[in-house]
Amino acid sequence: MTTYFFGDTAVLTGRTLRHVTRSVDTIITTAITPVAMMLMFVYVFGGAIDTGPVQYVDYMLPGILLITIGSGVAYTALRLFIDMRTGIFERFQSMPIARSGVLWAHVLTSLVANLISLLLVVAVALLMGFRSGAGILAWLAVAGILLLFTLALTWIAVIAGLTAKSAEGGGAFSYPLIFLPFLSSAFVPTATMPGPVRWFAENQPVTSIVDTIRDLFARQPVGDDIGIALAWCAGILVVAYGFAMAAYRRKIA
Amino acid sequence: MTAESTAGPAIRVQGLEKAYGELEVLRGVDFDVARGSIFALLGSNGSGKTTTIRILATLLKADAGTAVVNGFDVATRPANVRESISLTGQFAAVDGVLSGRENLVLVARLRHLKAPGAVADDLLRRFSLADAATRRASTYSGGMRRRLDIAMSLLGDPPVIFLDEPTAGLDPEGRMEVWQTVKELAGHGTTVLLTTQHLDEAEQLADRIAILHQGRIIANGTLAELKRLLPPAKAEYVEKQPTLEEVFLAIVGNDHIRHVTGTSNQGNHG
Repeated sequence: MTTYFFGDTAVLTGRTLRHVTRSVDTIITTAITPVAMMLMFVYVFGGAIDTGPVQYVDYMLPGILLITIGSGVAYTALRLFIDMRTGIFERFQSMPIARSGVLWAHVLTSLVANLISLLLVVAVALLMGFRSGAGILAWLAVAGILLLFTLALTWIAVIAGLTAKSAEGGGAFSYPLIFLPFLSSAFVPTATMPGPVRWFAENQPVTSIVDTIRDLFARQPVGDDIGIALAWCAGILVVAYGFAMAAYRRKIA
Repeated sequence: MTAESTAGPAIRVQGLEKAYGELEVLRGVDFDVARGSIFALLGSNGSGKTTTIRILATLLKADAGTAVVNGFDVATRPANVRESISLTGQFAAVDGVLSGRENLVLVARLRHLKAPGAVADDLLRRFSLADAATRRASTYSGGMRRRLDIAMSLLGDPPVIFLDEPTAGLDPEGRMEVWQTVKELAGHGTTVLLTTQHLDEAEQLADRIAILHQGRIIANGTLAELKRLLPPAKAEYVEKQPTLEEVFLAIVGNDHIRHVTGTSNQGNHG
């Protein structure tokens, strides 16, 4: 069956990508919340936040990008949940195909859909004055980290999509993911936070990822942060993948 | 597609057991389905019909017993079983976002058929869906969607087709369309295992009927054989043959009828 893995996965990915291109609203919705937050923070709250010599839009864009991914993967869970509920998932599983291709199609589609949303958000940020002197390598590093983060959150979405009892439940997992950047260095420097909150903010995954991306955009050395950021992403990815596979095996013999 | 043992039954189920925790759904199910025949598994909700189909379609593992489809054991040769079957689920498993034609092309590609487009067009004609070919399947009527669903199951000409409640939720016209399709299938030599709650459906379509009740097969035979299970009707003025419905209720026992009466009595007292 493995001989067909890539061909079958490509066919199934083509199917789920069509779901995305035929409901463009899901991409717009994914991008609209982070864009609205960006407008609020830059033009309303941002003036009161001291980020030193750094422009506020430059300061907060990395956090906004992570929020974009957090809301984007909710649709991954929803698409998977609908496949489970309508029975088309079982139809595929009863066919002579590479069975895991059905999950990988959703994962690859999630990467593509999130990439489009991220490009939309970056485009709006550029209009709002975001500027970066980062070279091609730094941009590639940013893209790589965002891709890894999307992949990790996507496998969490797969767990939600496979185990959800309702469409609303399938998307609920993403609220903490969207909220987490607020308890990090994404919008205000952690030094301004009270003790326990500051401790949490400085030791949770989002801060290391945000700091790394911010340094890459600002052409600063990334220091230890990039190692911590990659370790968090890889760790979340491995654990989420394990739980997703366990949930998958419980559903399908 | 798979040229395995053409001798022996298309499906052989022996001593099949399955429990979900405390709930025993299948408690030793045995039946054979002859090649090229239509076999109906008849039973009420919760009798274990869908569980049986899911085990045969390699979507669920049995706790005990064996099931062999087209000569392949579902437990040890699931990949060969999947090459031999098609499953049409209880809820028409078509992709509503795709058009009817795209649904067929999708399945044709996954079955690695040559010229998926041509095969799809041929099936659209056969199932009178050519006019609706480019419309999204979500806009189809229930009958059209089920026809598309069955057409998707025919791609690759699997020797065995499972139809899990193929007419559930259809209006009478849609039911007739599906019945016609199933009859044509068996005419072409495909083995059909269908489940149904509708006695007239089994009577209309099936060469053999097995009654699944509380996880066991309690009767299995042709319609004529099942009718003989009851004492012949006494002729006084008019001879009345028992309908399959009467046979079913007599064999199953009328527990739930008593239950219903009991409830309504309580209601009267209250």
